[in-house]
Amino acid sequence: MSFLVLERLDKTWPDGTRAVRSVDLAIEPGEFVVLLGPSGCGKTTTLRMIAGLEEPTSGRVLLGGQDVTRRSPAERDIGFVFQFYALYPHMTVAENIAFPLECARVPRAERAVAVARVADRLDLARLLGKKPRELSGGDQQRVGLARALVRKPSVWLMDEPLGALDGAERLSMCEFLREQQQEHRVPTVYVTHDQEEAMRLADRVVVMNEGDVLQTAPPAEVYSDPATLFVARFVGSPGMNLLDDTESGDFVPDSPRSATGRDESGKKSPDSVCGVRPEFVRFEPSSALRGRVVVDAFHGACRYVHVETPIGRVVVRRGAHERVEVGAEVGLAFDPRGVRWFDRASGRRLA
Amino acid sequence: MTERALELAGVSKRFGSVEALVGVDLALDAGEFLVVLGPTGAGKTTLLRTIAGLEVPDAGNVRLFGRDAELIAPAQRDVALVFQNFSLYPSSTVRENLAFPLRAPSRRLSAAEIDERVQWAARLLHVERLLDRPAKKLSGGEMQRVAIGRAIVRKPKLFLMDEPLNNLDAKLREELRVELRELARELRTPVVWVTHDQAEALTMADRVALFVAGRVVQTGTPEAVYARPVSPLAARLLGTPPMNVIAVRRVDGAWTTDAGHALARAASVAPERATLGIRPEHVRLEGGAAEAVVLVVEDWGPERVLLARLGTLELHVLAPRDCALRAGDRFRPALDERRIVLWDPAPR
Repeated sequence: MSFLVLERLDKTWPDGTRAVRSVDLAIEPGEFVVLLGPSGCGKTTTLRMIAGLEEPTSGRVLLGGQDVTRRSPAERDIGFVFQFYALYPHMTVAENIAFPLECARVPRAERAVAVARVADRLDLARLLGKKPRELSGGDQQRVGLARALVRKPSVWLMDEPLGALDGAERLSMCEFLREQQQEHRVPTVYVTHDQEEAMRLADRVVVMNEGDVLQTAPPAEVYSDPATLFVARFVGSPGMNLLDDTESGDFVPDSPRSATGRDESGKKSPDSVCGVRPEFVRFEPSSALRGRVVVDAFHGACRYVHVETPIGRVVVRRGAHERVEVGAEVGLAFDPRGVRWFDRASGRRLA
Repeated sequence: MTERALELAGVSKRFGSVEALVGVDLALDAGEFLVVLGPTGAGKTTLLRTIAGLEVPDAGNVRLFGRDAELIAPAQRDVALVFQNFSLYPSSTVRENLAFPLRAPSRRLSAAEIDERVQWAARLLHVERLLDRPAKKLSGGEMQRVAIGRAIVRKPKLFLMDEPLNNLDAKLREELRVELRELARELRTPVVWVTHDQAEALTMADRVALFVAGRVVQTGTPEAVYARPVSPLAARLLGTPPMNVIAVRRVDGAWTTDAGHALARAASVAPERATLGIRPEHVRLEGGAAEAVVLVVEDWGPERVLLARLGTLELHVLAPRDCALRAGDRFRPALDERRIVLWDPAPR
């Protein structure tokens, strides 16, 4: 039986805006699910309905088999983790972290072990005796997270908890959350607009836009087989190349519907879009598809080269040391294994 | 020799007991895109404010286009400062917001000239269709485009950008990184771009300046700074996952961890102790002497990132997408010896 079930969950604001449209989702025990989408896609509203902070317009929330749709947040045994925390200024870091355990009447010895463990993992051990005002902003943020994560509720709801951290800290927090997850298997619903974070953390990703769920699948599947054009663009950094080959007609392979999809002059049908990830495009001097390099961006372990072509801009992933001049003319070829097709009108992927 | 757009020599600035800038030397060539990368609180904003003339240095000298900046009033410096908070007039339209900086009496531009400049800036920043919309009806990304448009419209000689993408969604940041880089190249206007986001430094900069606690610790092309960071601190500022930084001893011709695991060959002339740096993409999954266990596997799209434990050491490894290792699996990581960076040992 699924641990947390959302059934046709709907939220319409008083002004008529449908923030969340008929969302169905079943979360298994121990599963880490990430709701991913841009600002205003409905992900936070969905999370708040699970928490009981927002009442659904229609639909149900089931927790452990019980309908909790009309129950208050306090009746749901939920751990809510936000982006910002207020620490208790008169308490030390150790006391701040231990506070939720104290409230839950966890014995002192057990508390000490839990605090030491989380502090060690988040690199806070040397700060345990300090007061919040003696800490930097980043350290305060990590203490807040440590305090939020020290307790083990029956489900965790996390709303962009790493939003205020910068690069390296974010990464180590992601790894910490992942390790916690492997160890304790507390089911988690995590909200973010950052697709990299979603890919790193999730067992399954739920991609949302404008209140709709567009795809629910493991990260690798969302990445390689996006269900819609929106998912193709949104997931991946940079996103999938989406190419329009209707004018010239012969640069990308034929679409699955091309047998009937050409007009009398041999032009391709305008009803499909070809998608290909940057790692499936290569420089090929003999290729008929020509273009001009407009950006050569170094990314550390690789480079992303942007090429302007007659069928649109194509981003190519290259080796870190394979520098090219902006302005250079190059030929491009696609690896057919990486080519995906979408219906232009509906945005859905073709079989 | 071409004239430098900007030159800072020994610039220091102190606020009470806080040293915000400590002997900063920095130069910017005409048309160059310089990214100043540093953690929050490093003094980056003070640096920009000092260049703009909003702060007066306690010591040192700022030169703008060959002239001593002290002799140029802030309003006459012809630099544009863009902040992370979109500073627009909320009830005015995009058109009015863009036109505003051009209406100063000192500019003496005709209505037609103003209109032409507004159209030009709107086109460059892809906000033409929004010209008649009030600023408060814009999305965050649109607002920041207009805010940058307000800076561009004046055609300043130098852009100073203070974390302009900070408040935007990840996807939008990624798009604007590329767009604004192209724009700067098109305008040929030099840019000092301040950020804590290493992706902006790597992908946008002609040159990066690593900035920590008021000091420039390293400058160079993104490739050079990434490959040869001057210190473990510099190494951790650039690259994600970060460079592995490991304390090692030379034992029987091999760099060896404190727990006694041999990692790589060491030259016989090498010192006894060192700090070793190796990027995650330069760790291979087999062929090493010591065994490591996988703690976490993360899917990063085109590749996978492993966090592994080797003795007491935690190691990041960038693995190909088809890597089959899972948490709990064992492997023998091998370092690409050509890519190893060595620094003096950390003080004990």
